[in-house]
Amino acid sequence: MTLHALRPSRRHVLQGSAGLVLALALPPFGRAQEGAPKPVPIMPNAFVVIAPDDTVTILSKHLEMGQGPWTGLATLVAEELDADWAQIRVAHAPGDPKLYENLLFGAQLTGGSTAIANSYMQMRRAGAAARAMLVKAAAEAWNVPESEIAVQDGQISHLPSSRRAGFGAFAAAAAKLPAPQNVKLKDPKDFRLIGKDLRKPDTLAKSTGAALFTQDIREPDMVVAVVAHPPRFGGKAASVDDREARSIAGYLGHAVIAQGVAVYARSTWPAILARNSLKIAWDETSAFRKGTKAIEAEYRAIAEKPGQVAAKRGDASARLANARETIEQTFVFPYLAQAPMEPLDAVVKFDGESALCHFGSQGPTIDQFAIAKALGIAADKVRIEVALAGGSFGRRAQAAGDFAVEAASCAKAYGKPVPVKLVWTREDDLRGGFYRPFYVHRMRGAVGPDGAITGWSHTIVGQSIMAGTPMEKNMVKNGVDESSVEGAVDLPYRIADFQCDLHTVKQGVPVLWWRSVGHTHTAFATETMIDILLEKVGKDPIDGRLALLDPSSREAGVLKEVKALARWKGRREGDKAYGVAMHKSFNTYVAQVAEVTKDGEGAPKVTRVWCAVDCGVAVNPNVIRAQMEGGIGYGLGHALYASIDLDDSGRVVQSNFDAYRSLRINEMPAVEVAIVRSQAAPTGVGEPGVPPIAPAVANAWRALTGVVVTRLPFGKGGLA
Amino acid sequence: MRLTVNGSTAEVDADPATPLLWVLRDELGLTGTKFGCGMAQCGACTVHIDGMARRACVTPLSAVGDSQVTTIEGVSGRVADAVRKAWLALDTPQCGYCQPGQVMSAVALLSVAPRPDDKAIDEGMAGNLCRCAAYVRIRAAIHDAAKSLEG
Repeated sequence: MTLHALRPSRRHVLQGSAGLVLALALPPFGRAQEGAPKPVPIMPNAFVVIAPDDTVTILSKHLEMGQGPWTGLATLVAEELDADWAQIRVAHAPGDPKLYENLLFGAQLTGGSTAIANSYMQMRRAGAAARAMLVKAAAEAWNVPESEIAVQDGQISHLPSSRRAGFGAFAAAAAKLPAPQNVKLKDPKDFRLIGKDLRKPDTLAKSTGAALFTQDIREPDMVVAVVAHPPRFGGKAASVDDREARSIAGYLGHAVIAQGVAVYARSTWPAILARNSLKIAWDETSAFRKGTKAIEAEYRAIAEKPGQVAAKRGDASARLANARETIEQTFVFPYLAQAPMEPLDAVVKFDGESALCHFGSQGPTIDQFAIAKALGIAADKVRIEVALAGGSFGRRAQAAGDFAVEAASCAKAYGKPVPVKLVWTREDDLRGGFYRPFYVHRMRGAVGPDGAITGWSHTIVGQSIMAGTPMEKNMVKNGVDESSVEGAVDLPYRIADFQCDLHTVKQGVPVLWWRSVGHTHTAFATETMIDILLEKVGKDPIDGRLALLDPSSREAGVLKEVKALARWKGRREGDKAYGVAMHKSFNTYVAQVAEVTKDGEGAPKVTRVWCAVDCGVAVNPNVIRAQMEGGIGYGLGHALYASIDLDDSGRVVQSNFDAYRSLRINEMPAVEVAIVRSQAAPTGVGEPGVPPIAPAVANAWRALTGVVVTRLPFGKGGLA
Repeated sequence: MRLTVNGSTAEVDADPATPLLWVLRDELGLTGTKFGCGMAQCGACTVHIDGMARRACVTPLSAVGDSQVTTIEGVSGRVADAVRKAWLALDTPQCGYCQPGQVMSAVALLSVAPRPDDKAIDEGMAGNLCRCAAYVRIRAAIHDAAKSLEG
């Protein structure tokens, strides 16, 4: 049977005829053989490919994992190119740090909500440069002055001689011209695409099943690998008995690798069956054998003493010692898995000298070097094609390229020059570590005789995400990992005596950034604590916060915006309660109000959320709203239901979505988003929608029940 | 084993216990149906079997028999067109990985409940996880599709 018999013709929304040019410039996976013709120059620059049929393909240096960079980066280019949005296509740029580095990191990396922030000027210049070259080529061909050429909606025209042409007509000539050194960018008042709700270029393929993710890659001779991972972190495979697996049709063999036991099969199901049938003896001499109960007890004890000072003004300890009244709260945050819908995966073909890799990579530069090291070849012998990622939330960016290395190790151990596709199951994903670290926060606040909040002490205990990684140099200063305290050291409220300190604790559980990183826990601690203190001194949660902020600040701006949006009347209205939280992360300011009631079982039910966001220039309001909606859902689901626990012997308890509960549609509140008008440089929106929702809901829950939420998750089954 | 998918019948060389999901993806190349959990918890593998939404990851090939299997690649008709149109108009997908399953569940829902209220949407769609939490738009798109089918 042929594939064509079953597969209706697909609309190649991401390929079309522009694919022809791309195919020359970027050989699709499997065809970049040695000795193949050198790629033709991408024209007119590394980000813009113009095809003879006038389609323009923008190469995105950032990974599209749902957060919208394909739309955002293409908008910036199309704006300055004066293209028609309908002619725009988008594809991922390949791994190449020289061409496609994140200008804020110096490596090709998607993270920290920086895609738009670092590309805003660069992509506009790329569009403007391509436009200038097309204009020059048209002027030469028509023998008219450049100044008489106009470009609008993808059409190049010379009015005096009534000549018109599309971009494709001059693309070849333009590509031969030198790239202009200086280009004039538009005045923002002339923007035609930036600020508009342009349709996302990836929507159609994602709605028809045509969008290809790494899991979907199929190649002739491809082998599927699954890996049996050790039952505890730090374990190693000692011996393997695969007698049972040998009777499974399609099973091709196994290999012991550093990460566990690689199991190979012709396709995925026999690989999973074979893995289940292996009898593996694990060497657990270095295994981590502590449970989260013991970790919590340890952290609670440590939190009683101040840690390494991360930020300080005035003298918080003296103020707390002498205050008329102090309030103390300890908050506990669990390990969390990012759990993207697409389990981790990567395809690697290794012929002994070079490797061709294809997967959704947040950090192609890191992965390229890590794969090269694992394979024992030079980095320039590793080529990475970037695939769409079915979510990530940080999981596909690893400081040591761990899952890319696992895929490379599988390919190397297989020993044949065929593509090997590493497939993780959900169990691998949830038990595979690289979690948002477990944290305990001890907060103390002092209230003065006049009802003013006068002192604030914030002690954080947990693992460092950056320690031991190449980021340590920049991110860990004086023993303080900035990502452990971000959002806590820069508390925006005017409190005279303030201190934030940190205890960094080592554990054998691998940890990683998780959508909004440190803000996932610091925002909860700070925004719950300030709300408790304001209640104590009899202030309204919004007006009380505003009184502690500069009225012209962007923090105050989003609070005022959300107050109006929610038609705020206070914390209670009948059987409904309202909670607010405001937090800046990645230079984007977000305030949210949550409406919370009790469901039939007495658990919190979040019915509505109002959200105000200030992310500078709103490049695509449609994407910004989507990211706020999704960020609220992601944050809420984890705040109510999600926890990764280790039993007392160090084994991860949860292994699938039955136990690692995720927000479902019946638990999603209605969301209304207001975008604050701003001319400030644009900042990211992928993460900043997440931090405020948990404290906003917790503050509403306290208003409803009087109960302070001191540990997450606190929804059904998670209530203390 | 014989299998009828998207109107075509195919001979499939697979163990009868193999989940339909892996036959579709690995044997037939119909990769629109996604692997998310392997235990009917996430709905990314939702297909129609004789028009009803089913999780392909826990449906063994042997249970399919002569039934008609429809995947995201083959789903068609008035309801499917309305759902897809509504999905596009709202730019519903974020990462997109769960969306084929969402679309298949939405089509199945609207086929039996042409004008679902929010509660019916909750019941019909609660088995489909979206880790991006694009639920606001999924709900709105289903309402929009229902409206367009009335007109």
